[in-house]
Amino acid sequence: MLDRMKRIPYHVVLAPILAVLLAMVVGSGFILTVGESPFAAYRVLLQESFGSMRGFATTLQRATPLMFTGLAVAFAFRAGLFNIGAEGQLYIGAFAAAWVGFTFTNLPKFIHLPFAILASMVGGAIWAAVSGLLKAKFGIHEVINSIMMNYIAYFLTDWLVTGPFQGSTMIPETKRVAASATLSRLMPPTRLTTALYVALLAAAIVYFIMWRTKLGYEIRAVGLNPTAAEYGGISVARITVAAMAISGALAGLAGMEQILGLNNRFIQRFSPDLGFMGVAVALLGKNHPVGIVLAAVLFGALQTGAAAMDRLTSVPRELITILQGVIIFFIAAEYLFSRFLKVKGEA
Amino acid sequence: MATVLEMKGITKQFPGVLANDNISLDVEEGEIHALVGENGSGKSTLMSILYGIYRADAGEIYVRGKKVEITEPRDAINLKIGMVFQHFMLVEPLTVAENIVLGSELRRGPFLDYDQAVREVERLSESYGLKIDPHAKIQDISVGLQQRVEILKALYRGAEILILDEPTAVLTPQEVDDLIEVMRNLRAKGTSIIFITHKIREVLAISDRVTVLRRGKKVGTKPTSETNAQDLAEMMVGREVLLEVKKDKAEPGEEVLQIRNLVVKDRRGALKVNGASLAVRRGEILGIAGVEGNGQTELVEAIAGLIRPESGQILLNDRDITQWSPLRIKQAGLGYVPEDRHRRGLILDYTVAENLILGLHTEAPYKRRFGLQDFRATKDNAAKLVEAFDIRPPFPHQPARKLSGGNQQKVVVAREFDRNPDLLICAQPTRGVDIGAIEFIHRQVVAQRDRGAAVLLVSAELDEILSLSDRIAVMYNGKIVAVMPVEEADEHKLGFLMLGGRLEDYQAGGGNSVAG
Ligand SMILES: Nc1ncnc2c1ncn2[C@@H]1O[C@H](COP(=O)(O)OP(=O)(O)OP(=O)(O)O)[C@@H](O)[C@H]1O
Ligand SMILES: [Mg+2]
Repeated sequence: MLDRMKRIPYHVVLAPILAVLLAMVVGSGFILTVGESPFAAYRVLLQESFGSMRGFATTLQRATPLMFTGLAVAFAFRAGLFNIGAEGQLYIGAFAAAWVGFTFTNLPKFIHLPFAILASMVGGAIWAAVSGLLKAKFGIHEVINSIMMNYIAYFLTDWLVTGPFQGSTMIPETKRVAASATLSRLMPPTRLTTALYVALLAAAIVYFIMWRTKLGYEIRAVGLNPTAAEYGGISVARITVAAMAISGALAGLAGMEQILGLNNRFIQRFSPDLGFMGVAVALLGKNHPVGIVLAAVLFGALQTGAAAMDRLTSVPRELITILQGVIIFFIAAEYLFSRFLKVKGEA
Repeated sequence: MATVLEMKGITKQFPGVLANDNISLDVEEGEIHALVGENGSGKSTLMSILYGIYRADAGEIYVRGKKVEITEPRDAINLKIGMVFQHFMLVEPLTVAENIVLGSELRRGPFLDYDQAVREVERLSESYGLKIDPHAKIQDISVGLQQRVEILKALYRGAEILILDEPTAVLTPQEVDDLIEVMRNLRAKGTSIIFITHKIREVLAISDRVTVLRRGKKVGTKPTSETNAQDLAEMMVGREVLLEVKKDKAEPGEEVLQIRNLVVKDRRGALKVNGASLAVRRGEILGIAGVEGNGQTELVEAIAGLIRPESGQILLNDRDITQWSPLRIKQAGLGYVPEDRHRRGLILDYTVAENLILGLHTEAPYKRRFGLQDFRATKDNAAKLVEAFDIRPPFPHQPARKLSGGNQQKVVVAREFDRNPDLLICAQPTRGVDIGAIEFIHRQVVAQRDRGAAVLLVSAELDEILSLSDRIAVMYNGKIVAVMPVEEADEHKLGFLMLGGRLEDYQAGGGNSVAG
C-alpha cells in the first residue's frame, strides 16, 4: 500500500483534491452560520456550473482566462521566477489586441484575428521581458519590479483610454473592435468562444516547450539549480528574460480573451484580478499544464455557481471568495498533508 | 561490556532496490563501531531507520535490552540516540549556542534564556573537549566547526549512541585529526559511536569493531584488531582491490593550459587568487596540494569561466579564454568535475539521463533541429554511460537525488570524462566515494592522461595527490608557491609548504618548523 502510494506522486494529485475537499468542509461552517444546509448550497453551486450545457459553457468561459494566467505564472515559476506581474502583462496584451482590433478594420478575419492575438502576445511578452531584464541585468527582484510594472500598466492604459484612444462616448473605454477581429462564439447565447481552443493549445505548447525542447531543459535546470545550470553552460540571465517573455505572452492572451471574446473593447481596469488569480490556479494545478486546466475549470465553476447561490439561497456570493482563499491556504500548507499522509500510510 | 543497541533482521525495500536485506548489528557501550561498504550498500538507510527517518519493512530494534519502536526522530532522541548527517541542519544566521539548544530551549518566561544556553554549551564543550565559541555565528565558522556544533547538539539532547554519517568526507586532514580526538574523548566517557566512512585508514585508526555491508547485505562484523586494509577492502568490494594507483611514467607533450598572473576575487569581493601562474601539459597529471580555502576553488572556477578574473590570462590550447563563457570554454575542450556535486555538478531533481547531458544538451545529437531535444540520443547515452561507469542502480530514469553519494559522483565523472576533453579538471574527484569507485575513478584519470589529456587535479587528500600526480604544485594564500615532480615530494614536505613554509627553508632546515 505504502509503496503504491509512494509511486504515484501523491502530492501532485492528491494534495490539490484534498485541499478542495477541506475547503468545502470549512465552507460548510460558514454556510451553517447563515442558517442554510451546506448540501443544498453546494448542490445549487454544482447544478449551476456543471448541471446544464449552458452552465458548463459559462464555467468554461470563466475558466479560459484563468488557464492563460495560470499557465503564465507556472511557466515563470518553472524557471524559479515568481511572476506577480501577470496582471500588468494582461493589460498591455489586452490593449495591444484591442488596438489591432479597432485600427486595422479592413483586413479579412483570417488575417485580422490572428494578428490581434499575436499582438496581445507580443505586448505581454515585451512587458514581462522588461521585468526579466531588470532581474537579470540589475538584480532587482522580479516580485518587486513586476508589481511596479503592474502599476505602470494600469496608469498607462488609464491614460490611453481616457486620452488618445478614448471611444466616442465619455466612458473610459476604446472604440469597439471590428467584427473581423472577434472570436467566434461556440454556444450562443453563452459567451464561450474559440479562446478556449487557444487556451488548450497553449497548455499543450507549454507542455511541449517545457519537456520536449532544449529551451525547456534549460528553463527547468535554472529553476531547480541555477548554479549547476551555469556550470552546464546555460546563461541564467538569458533564460530569465526568455522565461519571463513567454510567461508574459501567455498573460497577454488572457487579456486578448477578455477583449476579443467578452468585452469587444478595452474598458478601463476591466480585469477582476485575473492575473493574480493565475497565481492561485498555478499553485492548485501544481505548475503542470494539465493541472492548471483542471484548476482553472474549478475556479470557473466556483464563479459561475456563486451568482446562482446568491440568488437561490441565502448564502452570499462572498462565500466563493472565502472558498478560493481557503483552497490556497490548504495548498500552501501542503506540508501538513504530506505529514498526515505519511503517518497514515505507514501505520 | 553491555550491549546498548541491537538491530535484528532489518529489511528495507525501496522501489526497485532492496536497500537493507536482513541486516543485524549490535553496538556495545563505549564502543566505536565502524560501518563501511560501497556506495549504495545501505549504510545511510540502516542508520536512517535507527533514527526514525525511514521505517523498516521488517526487523526489530532493541535499545538497552528493551524492544523499541522508532517512528520518528523524536523517538530516537528520547532513546538517547543522536545523528549527525553528512549535510548539516544548522540555522546559518544564529549563533552556536542558539543552534545547539534549538528545539529544546531553555526558557525564562516566553524568552530564550540565552545566558543559560551559553553556560550549558560551555559546560558541554569543556567536558567533552570540543572547543567552540558559543557566540560565533554558524555562517562564520568552518565546516569542521559546524560539524562540532552538530555533535554538541546531539550531546546536548543527551545522546549516548551517536551516529556519524561520513563525518570525515567534508573535513580537511587537520580537522579529521581533531575529530578523531573528539571521538576518543566521547568513547572514554562511555558514549557509543557508529562511524560511517569510506576511508579504511580511519577505520583502522579509531574503531573497535567494524561491520561491512555489500549490496544491502551484511558481510560480517570483526574486531578491528583482527583485520587489515586489504582484508577490509576485499570484504567491501567482494574482490581484490588495488589500493595503489598503477601507472606508467608520464610522457608530457605541449602545454594545454597556461595561467599567467591570475588574480581572482570571490563573490564577496575577497581576494582569493593573487597572481598565480601555472602550466599543465598534454599527457600529465598536475596535482594542486593546499589547505582548503587557499584559492583552489576560485582558480578552478575562473578557468571554467564561472568567475571573471580581475586580471591575468588563461590560455587553453594557446587561445585566450579569459573572457569566454562557460559554454564556449566547454566546447573548446574542457572537462570539469566540480568539487561540490550538489551545488554545481548535478541537478538533483533531473533524472540520471538528463544529468548526463548537462552542458552537452546544446549540441547534436542531443539537440535536433528547431531546438527539439532528442530523447533517443539522451537515452542511448545514458544506457552507455551507466554501463561503462557502473552507476548503480542502473536506472537512467531515476532522479539523481535518489542515488547514493558515490554514484552521484560517478554520474558527473562519466559525463565529463566521456567527452575526451583536452583539459580535464578534477576537483575532489573521489570525495565521499567508496574504495572500489576510487580505484575505478583513479584508473579513469590515468587513462585520460594516457590518451593525451592534460589533467589538473585538486584534492584535499594528500594521498590522492601523491599517488596520482606526475607533478605537484602547492597553493598557499592565492599563489602557487612551489612546483615539483612527484619524485621530489612527500607528505612532510607538502605539509610544510601548504602551511606557508618556503621551499628554501625546507631544504635548509630539514623542514622542522614553519617560518613566519
Ligand atoms: N529515498 C530513496 N528512494 C529510493 N531509493 C533509495 C532511497 N534512498 C536510498 N535509495 C537506494 O538505496 C540504496 C542504499 O542507499 P544508501 O544511501 O543507504 O547507501 P550508502 O551505503 O549510504 O551509500 P553512500 O556510501 O554512497 O552514502 C541505494 O541503491 C540507493 O539508490
Ligand atoms: Mg550514505
